[in-house]
Parts: sequence; structure tokens; C-alpha cells
Amino acid sequence: MKFDTRAGTNPIDQLKVIGRATDRIDGPLKTSGTAPYAYERSDVAPGQVYGYVVGSAIAKGRIRSIDLTEAKAAPGVLAIVTAADAGPLGKSKRNTAKLLAGPDIEHYHQALAVVVAETFEQARAAANLVRVDYARGKGRFDLDASKPAAKMPEDEPDKRFGDFEGAFAAAVVKLDARYTTPDQAHAMMEPHATIAAWEGDRLTLWTSNQMIDWAVGDTATTLGIPKENVHIISPYIGGGFGGKLFTRADAVLAALGARAAGRPVKLTLTRPMIFNNTTHRPATRQRIRIGCGRDGKITAIGHESWSGDLPGGQPETAVKQTELLYAGANRLTAMRLSVLDLPEGNAMRAPGEASGLMALEFAMDEMAEKLGMDPVEFRVVNDTQVDPMDPKRPFSQRQLVKCLRDGAAHFGWARRGLPGRVRDGRWLVGMGVAAAFRNNMVQTSAARVRLEQDGTIVVETDMTDIGTGSYTIIGQTAAEMMGVPLDRVVVRLGDSRFPVSAGSGGQWGGNSSTAGVYAACVKLREAIARQLGLDPATAVFAGGKVQDGGRSMPLTRAGALVAEDTIEFDKLSKEYQQSTFGGHFVEVGVHAMTGEIRVRRMLAVCAAGRILNPKSARSQVIGAMTMGAGAALMEELAVDKRFGFFVNHDLAGYEVPVHADIPHQEVIFLDEVDPISSPMKAKGVGELGICGVGAAVANAIYNATGIRVRDYPITLDKLLDRLPQMT
Amino acid sequence: MKPFTYERAKTPAAAAAAAMRTPGAKFIAGGTNLLDLMKLEIEAPRHLVDVNALKLDKIEATPGGGVRIGALVSNTDLASNTRIRRDYGVLSRAIVAGASGQLRNKATTAGNLLQRTRCPYFYDTNQPCNKRQPGSGCGAIGGYSRQLAVIGTSTKCIATYPGDMAVAMRVLDAQVETVNAAGTVRAIPIAEFHRSPGDTPHIETALAPGELITSVTLPAPIGGSHVYYKVRDRASYAFALVSVAAVVQRDGSGRVAIGGIAPRPWRVAGADAAMGQGAKAVAQPLLAGAKPTEDNAFKLALVERTIGAAIAQARETA
Repeated sequence: MKFDTRAGTNPIDQLKVIGRATDRIDGPLKTSGTAPYAYERSDVAPGQVYGYVVGSAIAKGRIRSIDLTEAKAAPGVLAIVTAADAGPLGKSKRNTAKLLAGPDIEHYHQALAVVVAETFEQARAAANLVRVDYARGKGRFDLDASKPAAKMPEDEPDKRFGDFEGAFAAAVVKLDARYTTPDQAHAMMEPHATIAAWEGDRLTLWTSNQMIDWAVGDTATTLGIPKENVHIISPYIGGGFGGKLFTRADAVLAALGARAAGRPVKLTLTRPMIFNNTTHRPATRQRIRIGCGRDGKITAIGHESWSGDLPGGQPETAVKQTELLYAGANRLTAMRLSVLDLPEGNAMRAPGEASGLMALEFAMDEMAEKLGMDPVEFRVVNDTQVDPMDPKRPFSQRQLVKCLRDGAAHFGWARRGLPGRVRDGRWLVGMGVAAAFRNNMVQTSAARVRLEQDGTIVVETDMTDIGTGSYTIIGQTAAEMMGVPLDRVVVRLGDSRFPVSAGSGGQWGGNSSTAGVYAACVKLREAIARQLGLDPATAVFAGGKVQDGGRSMPLTRAGALVAEDTIEFDKLSKEYQQSTFGGHFVEVGVHAMTGEIRVRRMLAVCAAGRILNPKSARSQVIGAMTMGAGAALMEELAVDKRFGFFVNHDLAGYEVPVHADIPHQEVIFLDEVDPISSPMKAKGVGELGICGVGAAVANAIYNATGIRVRDYPITLDKLLDRLPQMT
Repeated sequence: MKPFTYERAKTPAAAAAAAMRTPGAKFIAGGTNLLDLMKLEIEAPRHLVDVNALKLDKIEATPGGGVRIGALVSNTDLASNTRIRRDYGVLSRAIVAGASGQLRNKATTAGNLLQRTRCPYFYDTNQPCNKRQPGSGCGAIGGYSRQLAVIGTSTKCIATYPGDMAVAMRVLDAQVETVNAAGTVRAIPIAEFHRSPGDTPHIETALAPGELITSVTLPAPIGGSHVYYKVRDRASYAFALVSVAAVVQRDGSGRVAIGGIAPRPWRVAGADAAMGQGAKAVAQPLLAGAKPTEDNAFKLALVERTIGAAIAQARETA
């Protein structure tokens, strides 16, 4: 099905199942421990043994030699694979560094061997006996020092509109400020893990991966085998946040280890290795310039960002939202990319916007203050209903103003005091606001839908559920389309033998994958109607029956039928700018003596198309708000600039928020349907929730203390010297 | 984890003898720290002597009006004990400020005293660390040191003692009771129990090889208002940036010990003497001679401010 014209009324609009707060259908499996994750699949591939990864002890240089003598002689060892004996390996375009290093080392903890043994403990003990002689090379590990040599990324040229410099120079009120965000880790609960089994030259991977079809192709490319020989199974995923978009060392080394040992191999990256072996959100250095008239209207807006990555890597696209979020006739956005020899930078929840809004929405708060305007009003005044650089191109829906106004009313924004003036005992209390913005991407997505003899509807698609609720919204979609209760629908996901879906990433999965299921259901409805001799155009599917022209027949009368289709998106996404919007409101307390910063309450008001399942969508948003609070207050991969690695590489050192950090959260979804986005009229919401949160926290800290900290995370040491004197 | 042998001891002296008999032996109780370190091969004992059957799990009154806490009393049981909560509130509060409920259920009194530093360079076996591998150097000096010590350090090591419980025990003048393989018992004042790193940061306590902690005693209660104020980046389940254990009397006099800033719970007589003269006067003797790094210099100001917050809280709860 091609989606190239605005969606009309369709069966989804009945909203009998869609749009209702629904418990996740995989919930009982997960709460009872019966949803097996990759590492738990002891029921498959008999004779499993264990693989353990040896990571590089240096960040940059070369392996002179590897001595495997002791390791090979260790108890239980079955095989050891290094780059020297792995055979030729390819590299997917989605991997920047090699997944098995040697002889060159590109980053710390880059995998350079896998040890396979009968037990996990034996594999680990033997891995510690692998002796590597390194020639340490000189690496580049300091983003600030690398800035002068940073280059414009080839596929991300500077964007200019009007005369930014002239307008900024002439502006009556202006801000020129610099902000920094640190490297951050996904820190998902489930580590990267894979069981690999070969049958002849065919490989099956039970793994944890957000993008099944990418995993098939990238595994095949890396191992140099045909794509059709790779079977990926990933039905349950314990969090990904972008860290599992790609085939990583666990999958490739499990496959290599299994081939060498002649046994299925089970392998997980250990927690201390994940932070440097896998990908992370790159640090940024950002400069924002905003010029305004006295009326608060932006006349010039410029956003520049510097980030680093390994050779051949990509920039953190932190300026993207600034192209679209506010009006202004003169604009500049620019990125510069340095070469760094730190681990690979890549996507993490809302790549670009999450870091970019931490700066932009902070700058908007500073600018509002300079103008003497309320920060909500300043944003409202600069709203735009069209792409500011292409005014003929409207937003498909844009309710930013309502998000901000409703949020302000609901949160009690009017009670906000002057900076540093509101006290609750020893706590300085403040409120902050930020706009949330994240583009709505749409991706081709296919599904197969089957009517079973007994009336059960089975949906199969390689879509993944990374904890987001994909199972449930896909089940709801099929139930709505086929006119059956949700408990008559069986959803099967995450298997490369199913039709190729959009996968989970970039908040495109929910809308795109359900639209694919919609397309397949339309086909199945046609097949059923024809089978029953009814007119597919007018047949009504409801209550397990099909009705048309006074005739009513149970679905089961049609017998077993199957249909498959793909939703393909076309020019609508070019003609219209599709984005999601929100307003974040945060209240914090800052201890006047110790500087401890604690979030007191948070509110997000979101406008993101039709909300398919308000319950799982709310969970997505509160999770993202939590992650945003972490980014604001504690999350930072500390770089050792001498040795070139992230030092705090475990969950004791890399702190993420715990329950006590997040006492009260509320989410409001505005009523919205977006017929431009898909037949579901939905949009992405999983990343919107993090976008802007960091700045709302930072702005609340300013309101509480009168202190601006432009370097994230905002930890108490950055406040101490400016807090009230001790009495 | 390297293979090891295991035995379960029946009496404290037998446990000590077993540990003496086998080179590279370690005691194991709750295992909340040791097992993690063994998995990373930071600790690689060849023999484990399990002391969990030694029945050292009672909290009893001592003739002098204090209490004796068995080495195996769990953190949870100690923190929730009625007598501890009433007479030694700072200890109860310090314990519940640390770790998580699950860990406190498993962690023991003696084990907690012996928990090892959380310095990230100690934890990464690719990095130099004089504590883990004597003579290999210190990765933390000149590296990432925000969490690490500002005082009592040496040119060989700037690691902190990470715990909370021992900071409260320090302010309460606890004594650590031990037995050795010969059956000889002794009591080590808590002030002398944890050692400064000097040139031998791998030697962390006053315990001799094979010496087993059997109990910790607290002297008779000293009254006053008991506060444990722990400052950290997140609200729970994090090691202290700075913590303050304070007992403040009605007249403002009292005692104070600091966690998170030194290789051992940090207490200085001059600071106790200055109680009642304001946080700055208390902090000054505590921090005399401090050698912070660029990353952790903020702890100096934070010590003073946290002392201020602790004293203020003591006044409110008095």
C-alpha cells in the first residue's frame, strides 16, 4: 500500500481498541519471567557453550603479538578466535570501527578475541590468560583540543537562510552563549547478548537487536556469507535506546566462536565492557546566537555544534531542531566533526534533538530573561506553522503553543517566583520550562496477517518490542481492523523470517509498523470478503463477524486465509513537515547549603498525533523524562584524556536516576490526529519525551538559585561557589 | 574468576587457623563486595573460608553499658535494632544511607568494615593501580578523580574508603574485636583500624594475616542528637561525595567524622573541639593539609557546607 494522499476515514477511526489505555499483552510473560531474552534461550540449540570477549587494554595502537598458550591450556577451553584466524571479515557501513580488531586497535575495549569454553566461568578465566603485547599509538581523545581541526561533515553542509550575521549584528537584544553536553551511555538493562548456532553454512542468532533486517544484512556482510543464510531471532529486548540498532561484537563473536568450536555459543558483553566496546551518545560543544527585536520576535538564530567520532564516523546532529522549531528570517545552522579515538559515537534516544535542545531551550530561557518576557510567552511569540526556511511547506500538525499554554496552566506556572527567591525550608525552589520537539520519521514496513480456522488473527512482522509496547499496539491495530477483541489476536515479532518492518529506532517504529499491519489487514479483509461473497468496499468487520447488505457471517466461515502487505510512504513527508511537539515543566529543589539538586515534579504535555495506547505511550514519555533528568543532573561518561577511555564504565560509576530521584511525573496528551502521517494518523512519541527535559531542569535550577550552569550534567560542584554564603 | 577451594569454618579460631594454613585464603561472609571483585579478578583468593556458620550474629549489651555487635550481624538487622536506633542513631542512619535493601540484607558488619575502594582505576584491571597491583602506579592521579580522596592520601594512592557504616562507628569510638589462629583476641580502636595508604596502599587495615573480626563494640551511649548527612549526585544508591556523621549535644559540643574524602573514615580531635563554633571552624582542622585534585577540589567547600547542614539538622531534631 502506497501512502501518498491524506488518510480518509478508515476502520482505525472506530477507536474500539485503538486509542484505549491497554495493558501490554506481553506484560504477564515479563512479570512472570517467561518472556525469554536472548541469553536465556537454553531451550534452543542444544550443546550450548560460552563465549567471553577479550577487549583491548589500549585505545589506539597495534597488536604486536597475542600469546594464547596459557589460555588454550586452561580448563574447559574449546576454541579461541582472533582476527588472525577468523578468516576475512567485512564491515557493514553501519559500523564505524571493526567488531573484531587486529592488528590495529581503534578504541578501548574493542574486541580482539573470543574465548569459548564449556562454562561461563571457564571462558572468563581463560580470557584473562590471553596475553597481548601492544604497541601503544598516539590517540586523539580531547574534543576541546580537537575543535580547531574539526571539519564540516560531507553530508551535513552548513545551512544559511537570509543574512544571519547581519541580522544578528543589528539585533536590539541578543545572546551569544556556549553550552556543553558530555558523552552519554544508553545503559539499558539487558546487556548485548547472543546465542549463535550454525547448521552447515546457515547461521541462527538469538540476539537482542532493534533492527532485524539491518542485523541480517550486517551480520552477512561482516561474516562474508549470503544474507539468506542468516536467521535473526529477537522477540524480547530489555531496552536498547539506539545501542542495539546495530550488529555488535556479541553477535559476530558468538558466530565466529560457534564456528570455531563446532558448538552453539552463548555470549554476553559484561557490563564493564559495554560502555567502551559499544556505541554512545557523543559529547557536544555548542554555540547559540539569538537576536531579537524589543517585541521578542527572533530576527536571527544561529546554532553551531562540534562533536567527534572515530575516522569515518558521524556528527551528533545537535543543530537539527533549530532549523524548524522557531520562526526567524535569518538563520544559520552548522556542524563540525573532529576525529577522536574514543569509542564509537552513534545514535542514542533522540539523537541530535536530545543534546541540541539541552542547549537551545536553555538559550531561549536566557533570551526570555534578557527581553523581560515570560519564557512561555517568548516561545509562543516565535511559533511558526511553516518550515521557516521553506514557507510553502507547512507542518502537518503543530500544537506547540497549546502544549505550552496548557502545561503552564496545569503546572501552576503563574506561581513561579523570581530567581533565588522561593524557599521551602533549606531548599531553594524553582520552576523551568522547555519546548519539546522531535521529527516524525516514517519508514517502509511490512506485515503478514493470518486468519486461523478458529478465528484467531495472527500477525507476523520482524518489528521489535524494545520495551515500548509494540506487541500491544500491533495487536490493537489488528483487532480494530479485523473486528475482533484483542485477546483473539496473536502477535509474533522479531524474527527475520517475518516480513521486514520499520524496526525500532528514531521513534518511527510505532506509527510505521502499525501502518504496515493496517495495510496487511486491509488485504486480509478483502480476501475474507471475497471468500464470503461480500463486497470488500462496504463490508463491516465487527464482533467477530462480517456484515454487508443485511448479511452477517462469522469470520470463521471464511476458513484460513493469509495476507501480506507493505506500507510505503511517499511525497507527503516532503510536502509537509511532520514533527511532534511538547512542553516540559519541571520543579526542582536545590539545597541552599550543600547544593544537592532534586527534581520535585515534572509535567510533559505532548502533541504527537493519535496516541495508539495512552498507557504504553505514557510509559514511554515518563521513561524518557527520567532519562532527560539523568542527562541534566548526573549522566556523564568521564573521559581519561591520557589513556583514551570512558573511566566510569559500570553502573556504580555511570549514575542514572533511581526511583528516589523522580518523585512525581505527569503526562498529558493533546487530542490530535494527523492524517498526513499514516493511515493510523499517529506519530512517534518514544523520543519526544526526552527532548527538552534537560533544559527544563537547567532552567528550573536557574529559577531556584539564580545560577546558570551551561555545562551538563549540572552537578552540585558547579553550584557551590555561587550558592548563598553559609551563616 | 580463578578456581578456588572452599571450606566452612565451625569456630572463629578454627576459621583464623584455616585462613593462616592456606596461602592466599580469604574469609567470606555476605560476599557482596568480594564476589564482585573475584569476577573481575581484582581479588583472586585460592581458598575461601566461609564464616557464616560462626554464630557471630548477636547484638548484646556489654558490662560497660555499651553494645557488642557480632561480626555477622547483617546491615539490615543492625540498622533496625531498637537499641541501636535509640542510643546510636547515627549508626543506624549511616547504614540505611548506603547500598540498597537487598545488599544490606546480605552485607555483614565485619564485611562492611572491609569493603574496598570504588576507585574506577582499581576496578579496571587494564589500568595501573598500586592498591590492586603494588608498584604498577596510580592511574587516578592525573586521571578522573572526582570521587576520590582529598586528604590522607599519598603519592601512591588517592582512593577513598567508600563506606558509610564505618564513618558512624568512627564518631562513636567503636572497637573492632578479633581473634587469630592462635586463639589470641584483641581489640583495635576504629581510629587505628583503617590505614593510610603511604607506600603500601594495598595494605588497608590493621588486621594481621588470618586475623578474623569477631565483633564490633560500641561504648556506652553518649546521648546528643545523631545525624548522618550523605551528599551524592543522585538521591539513593550512590557512594558519598561527602558524608558527615555528627553527634551534637544540647550545648553545641559534639563529635564529627567525615566520609568520602579520605582513605579512611576521617576524624580529627581539633574538629570535635571546634564544634559549637560554626561549620568553618569545624571544617578547618579536618581539612588541614588537604591535597585535592582539580576534579575534587570542590569537596573542600562541600565538607564545610555539609557539616553546616548536619549541625543544622541536629539542632532541628534535638
